[in-house]
Amino acid sequence: MEPIKQIHSKTVVMPSTNIDTDQIIPARFLTITTKVGLGKSLFADWRFLKDGAPNPAFILNQPAAAGSRILVAGHNFGCGSSREHAPWALLDYGFRAVISTAIADIFSNNALKNGLLPVVVDETTHRWLLDHPGAEVTIDLESMRLSLPNGASVAFPIEAFARHCLLSGLDELGYLQSKLADTAAYEAAQRK
Amino acid sequence: MTARTMFDKVWSAHEVVAEAVDTPAVLYVDLHLTHEVTTPQAFSMLRAAGLKVRRPDRTLATLDHSTPTRTDQVFGSTPIKLDAAAKQVRQLERNAADFGIELYGLRDARRGIVHVIGPEQGATQPGMTIVCGDSHTSTHGAFGALAFGIGSTEVGHVFATQCLLQRKPKTFAVNVGGRLPACVTAKDLVLAIIGKIGVSGGTGHVLEYRGAAINSLSMEERMTVCNMSIEAGARAGIIAPDETTFAYLSGRPRAPKGKDWDEALKLWRALPSDPGAKFDASVDIDASSLEPMITYGTNPGMVLPVGGAIPASAGNAVFDKALAYMGFRSGEAMLGKPINVVFIGSCTNGRLEDLQAAARILKGRRVAPGVQMLIVPGSQEVKRLAEAEGLADIFKAAGADWRESGCSMCLGMNGDTVAAGAYAVSTSNRNFEGRQGAGARTLLASPYTAAASAVTGRISDPREML
Ligand code: SF4
Repeated sequence: MEPIKQIHSKTVVMPSTNIDTDQIIPARFLTITTKVGLGKSLFADWRFLKDGAPNPAFILNQPAAAGSRILVAGHNFGCGSSREHAPWALLDYGFRAVISTAIADIFSNNALKNGLLPVVVDETTHRWLLDHPGAEVTIDLESMRLSLPNGASVAFPIEAFARHCLLSGLDELGYLQSKLADTAAYEAAQRK
Repeated sequence: MTARTMFDKVWSAHEVVAEAVDTPAVLYVDLHLTHEVTTPQAFSMLRAAGLKVRRPDRTLATLDHSTPTRTDQVFGSTPIKLDAAAKQVRQLERNAADFGIELYGLRDARRGIVHVIGPEQGATQPGMTIVCGDSHTSTHGAFGALAFGIGSTEVGHVFATQCLLQRKPKTFAVNVGGRLPACVTAKDLVLAIIGKIGVSGGTGHVLEYRGAAINSLSMEERMTVCNMSIEAGARAGIIAPDETTFAYLSGRPRAPKGKDWDEALKLWRALPSDPGAKFDASVDIDASSLEPMITYGTNPGMVLPVGGAIPASAGNAVFDKALAYMGFRSGEAMLGKPINVVFIGSCTNGRLEDLQAAARILKGRRVAPGVQMLIVPGSQEVKRLAEAEGLADIFKAAGADWRESGCSMCLGMNGDTVAAGAYAVSTSNRNFEGRQGAGARTLLASPYTAAASAVTGRISDPREML
């Protein structure tokens, strides 16, 4: 994976709370057996009308959203199913980070494993972001800070090991494999 | 020694490498359950890296999510209707064969929904760590196992190393006193719990359900409760194993036998949380005051007693959007609203007791004209038992459609879907927009409430029919 240090982009705002993974990528698109090409089905039921034409009212279909890499979403983003297809679809579409006041556990785990940053911020910062769609913001993974164009800089938490892997472009599997001797010892002790 | 929670005991018994500031714990996985939808990418990763499945003996595969439920497509010569689903089924068959994993294949009598077959076969046992690329893995916590859902990348990690990198979650005691009234089920209880703590109320926590009302539940009811832990945002749900647990497991194909059983029992009896163990959070619920519950919105926390009225919005845009999607208005009564479809099944309510509950209502009655009722057993074994007991005959006589096992209309991946705009009373676990089909409107409820509503064609209180 490519190392990730900083993401600078204008934001797209989807203020709905509890945006679940069935909305991010509906189940009928889960029959794929690869990870690629899901971007075209991202938010499919909100993005397209019944006849398949883009829904002009949906934020991602508006010119202002073009090229944004940071999604600002309402509380509890990514709840529901464990489908990793959700971060795959967001990444394939072009997003590199999601900002909310809460991001569901499994989604957050899945996102980190694929290089999509789950950024959890306080309510005041979130409110500002919701009120300023399209704001140019910078997410700095090294310092774990989000900088807003109004000069504010706020800290966000990110799991230490996942951060280390993302900064250096490492795969977590390599670390687990480096512990296989411990795993074998654990298994041997269980058999006794 | 300090008093420990059950979660703490199971967690620490599985730490291959303890958690540190810079690194999560390396947690050992006792049982890895797999299915066709979340594994293809993990097997591709193994192939690309030239890796094997480290412990095929701790891995079990089934077909459930995208499999057909029509008998002719499962046992006959009719091809699976959806090409992409057929491809996933074939791919898991090949992957399981290539990597030496036991698969309960399409025509296997042990096949079924992954969270139904684990317990049914006795593979799910107290004190285990159990994972699956599926968020409802929390179901297995009903046995005092630490069981949680993972993504496809993590599925690959477990295949390759039998371990996962995990930060230790917090604990949350859900104390349920009293006793459930007649016709009020475990489903109503868990919906009430989610209504109380909210759909993100459990985020970062493992919920331990405890108290008199939980102790008196059957294993199937406990599974229904633990199943929906994820709908409160929780990492997992767990219930202390007791004599009910042991009686359920005894004699099941994969349960320990003879001397091993006696040894296992000793360990299992030591699992429950110690008296005085501290939880990071807690909530108290009185089961005796509960009523049959039904959802009215687009997440499981938007729930009320079936006799209730839809609350006022208080100018909340998200709430208004949910009601607009459902075609409902604040202040309306739920009782009497017309419905189009009834689905009984899923890993939440697709077990034998759920079908028995539906049959109590349906016996000697008919599904209302114009209503489609689909009853899908959670496993082929549930199907066999339901047919042996005569439940299937009751369903067919009532005009319901009786199918082969699978996830079916819970997520509509196999073509069993609800039409846009139609109302479905469903015993599944998610009422998200479009979950059961694009534009479908889902009302989550118990098997009693679902069956009662099928008979009248309207949302109904099952207590009036028993
Ligand atoms: S029945 Fe529904 S919730 Fe359960 S495993 Fe299948 S799709 Fe998931």
